[in-house]
Amino acid sequence: MDLHFGDSKPTDEERAAVDALLGPPDSSWEGADRDEMRAADLRWARGGRAARDRRDQLLPGLHAINDRIGWISEGALDYLCRRLTVPPAQAYGVATFYAMFSVKPRPATVLHVCTDLACAAAGASELCAGIESRLGLGSGVSVERGPCLGLCERAPAALAIRAGDPVRTAVSAPATVEQAVLAASAPDSAPEEPAAAMAVPQAGDPALTLLRRVGVVDPSSLDDYRAHGGYTALRRAFELGPAGVIREVTDSGLVGRGGAAFPTGRKWQATASQPDHPHYLVCNADESEPGTFKDRVLMEGDPYALVEAMTIAGYATGAHQGYLYLRGEYPRAIRRMRHALDQARARGLLGDDVLGQGYAFDIEIRRGAGAYICGEETALFNSIEGHRGEPRSKPPFPVEKGLFGKPTVENNVETLVNVLPVLMMGAPAYAAIGTERSTGPKLFCVSGTVERPGIYELPFGATLGELLELAGVRAGLRAVLLGGAAGGFVRPDELDIPLTFEGTREAGTTLGSGVVMAFDDTVPLPRLLLRIAEFFRDESCGQCVPCRVGTVRQEEALHRIADRAGAAAADDIALLREVGRAMRDASICGLGQTAWNAVESAIDRLGAYE
Amino acid sequence: MTVTPLGIPRRLLEFTIDGEEARVPEGSTILDACRAAGKDIPTLCQGDTLTPKNACRVCVVEVEGSRTLVPACSRTAEPGMEVRTDTERARHSRKIVLELLASSVDLSTTPRVAEWIKEYEAEPDRFGPDAARLNEEPKIDNDLYVRDYDKCILCYKCVDACGDQWQNTFAISVTGRGFDARIAVEHDAPLTDSACVYCGNCIEVCPTGALSFKSEFDMRAAGTWDESAQTETTTVCAYCGVGCNLTLHVQDNEIVKVTSPHDNPVTHGNLCIKGRFGYQHVQNRG
Ligand SMILES: Cc1cc2nc3c(=O)[nH]c(=O)nc-3n(C[C@H](O)[C@H](O)[C@H](O)COP(=O)(O)O)c2cc1C
Ligand code: SF4
Ligand code: SF4
Ligand code: SF4
Ligand code: FES
Ligand code: FES
Repeated sequence: MDLHFGDSKPTDEERAAVDALLGPPDSSWEGADRDEMRAADLRWARGGRAARDRRDQLLPGLHAINDRIGWISEGALDYLCRRLTVPPAQAYGVATFYAMFSVKPRPATVLHVCTDLACAAAGASELCAGIESRLGLGSGVSVERGPCLGLCERAPAALAIRAGDPVRTAVSAPATVEQAVLAASAPDSAPEEPAAAMAVPQAGDPALTLLRRVGVVDPSSLDDYRAHGGYTALRRAFELGPAGVIREVTDSGLVGRGGAAFPTGRKWQATASQPDHPHYLVCNADESEPGTFKDRVLMEGDPYALVEAMTIAGYATGAHQGYLYLRGEYPRAIRRMRHALDQARARGLLGDDVLGQGYAFDIEIRRGAGAYICGEETALFNSIEGHRGEPRSKPPFPVEKGLFGKPTVENNVETLVNVLPVLMMGAPAYAAIGTERSTGPKLFCVSGTVERPGIYELPFGATLGELLELAGVRAGLRAVLLGGAAGGFVRPDELDIPLTFEGTREAGTTLGSGVVMAFDDTVPLPRLLLRIAEFFRDESCGQCVPCRVGTVRQEEALHRIADRAGAAAADDIALLREVGRAMRDASICGLGQTAWNAVESAIDRLGAYE
Repeated sequence: MTVTPLGIPRRLLEFTIDGEEARVPEGSTILDACRAAGKDIPTLCQGDTLTPKNACRVCVVEVEGSRTLVPACSRTAEPGMEVRTDTERARHSRKIVLELLASSVDLSTTPRVAEWIKEYEAEPDRFGPDAARLNEEPKIDNDLYVRDYDKCILCYKCVDACGDQWQNTFAISVTGRGFDARIAVEHDAPLTDSACVYCGNCIEVCPTGALSFKSEFDMRAAGTWDESAQTETTTVCAYCGVGCNLTLHVQDNEIVKVTSPHDNPVTHGNLCIKGRFGYQHVQNRG
């Protein structure tokens, strides 16, 4: 490979940002100043293979530049490529894939304003208009309307990011025009976000399992975590041995909470038994499904629980390295998890010899950069590896060839945190919670037009109505979206649907990752459907035709029928169905396959355009 | 690749295609098997010299037990598989894919697509006059080849040919995402500012004519391009000692473009800038 670089040079600031991540360059071949060329440089080139093996530093490198400068210039990108021996065309393809990066100059401060479902129901469009008129051109702030920020319980939401050293962030939710403008213009003096426990209306209830510690434990203190029962599950895991842990997890009936509901024990067993090494553990904390915020609350409120759970998962599956792929729009969760990892490492709970048991395990955080598709498991691997976040075709499955082509187990945050009670109470007791086929406790992200939005923990089997009652459903309920944008709408007369995987399936809908969004009759349904279509069009990776073009054609059809109904809409509804069917059947990944679900359910169950 | 590497004979495995028994060597794709059985499955992103990206989805078939349809070009055949190539479901997806493609890009130079559009009764116009299209001007920034992305179906073939599957130059990549995804060099620069070495291997694999010789592009624009009047002569490149095969496409006694046989075990259809573009001296009658 003969790399070609243009003439653009990085500024000192850009170079410093990259060097802070990768260390100073060894030679001028890697981009060091030619005036200081060392004698050795004249004879051989370093970089090459050794640097190429660090390809996975591409995404962190792009973050480093974007964090410091606010955008990624040609010179900065070329310098990063030189350091990593990555072809600039590929790096450019990666940089332009993510919504949080810009390859064009922009102001140092970006204010992301959510226009997604819960926020739309809470008046996001007026908020945006207000913010945009206050922060016009020349304000030094770039206002970007965008998808769900995972703060739906406090809708409407805005997130300000100001580039610099260090980068500063401020969250405003529920946002008013004044507060959002303040967050953008003075992120340092913006008020502190409410504690994570504020998102948990049941906080402090001793009957809770997964949320037991949220609001009770100090999320920054390892000692406090231990004082509240932390690290007893890991000790139990060491007693049981890897095979014993997998047996418990299998017997518990635990299935994945990331949306696909795959049996966790089976996935672990399949990975553990792969002869190829090393094995990797990946925790999917990308959480970009509109309406989902449970993983954020867990990480913000009980970060050590995830560290402990990942350690157990790594131990059981024979992994020595774990990756926590954390959504880039979650600054507080990133801070809390970073701190927790540092503390755990300092205390021998991560590292060469975890708990003195001779087991080596460590965890690295990888920050996403604004791409819902990176939550898809194989797209996530590509993203970590420094490629575009495009899903791979399966088979081969991750348990066989996952991250870096090696056997990999990938689990959702909530799934992993469930492993702690499985080990603490034992598989039979855990399996006794919930129903026969949906065992254990489940987190539900309730938002929209309810009195007390937030995360609720209920045993599987409670009905939708019971959950909405807890959350204080308001009069005039028009529709409930189950499972997020990839899920489906149900009617107010269907509230007796049991919240289990089998129950929702029987009712012709889905539980997905546990999203429950309520909309009363003040929310215009066609606008909501348009937003869902726009979301999928925006978030499609663009790899396959049914999804890349199909999402566009569907959005166009919905625009055409936005103000129509009955016979006038029939043509376009037929078109939507035909395109939707091909998307479901022929798309490469779950994004395209589910993109039409919610709109279809609104037409069929709610009679949206009748 | 049509060249079968010599080696130990591969085991045959048995499965059914449209209810009929099929036996293919282990490792064959469903598409290989279908073609061997004489079935005509449309393909666009599949290429005989590349590992397909399975991005176009026009080759989808039904496989018993699979929730979704399966791309025949990439899925390897397994013993006992029951494949159905011509069901209503598979035909529906192919039809929609053809409609989606034809409504968004210019397929006028894509071989066979008109035939498939007819066969599957696709109606690309039904998305209305306002359906978003690429609508891009051809990029003419060098004298050797033209990039007309208005015709690009994003099959990834050129990226793979320029990248780790053949050329290892990595001059082009997919950039952006979703409907805005495009093939581009770094910073969206002209080709002349990129790492491109003008081997033309990307043109060789492009299934749509989005990438073409400048000579072909100019003749098409002038209305003088006439494939039926062309002859093809395969010869050996005279430049260096490797011995690559060149196929000269000649119209009116002028070389109008150069390709290379894909089943040649040396080149697999790939050439360098000299073999591909360095033919003017042959016809310099000055
Ligand atoms: C488009 C798309 C987005 C996804 N996003 C997420 C996500 O944000 N978090 C998550 O845990 N799983 C997500 N998933 C599901 C994952 O691919 C995968 O099934 C899951 O992480 C496996 O973990 P589990 O078995 O613990 O559920 C997504 C899937 C698709 C198709
Ligand atoms: S379905 Fe959509 S998101 Fe998934 S691979 Fe295809 S284009 Fe990409
Ligand atoms: S001509 Fe060769 S080097 Fe240039 S883009 Fe095409 S394949 Fe790559
Ligand atoms: S330019 Fe041609 S080869 Fe490249 S992606 Fe487009 S259609 Fe495929
Ligand atoms: S934060 Fe706005 S919808 Fe989730
Ligand atoms: S030819 Fe198989 S997906 Fe394109």
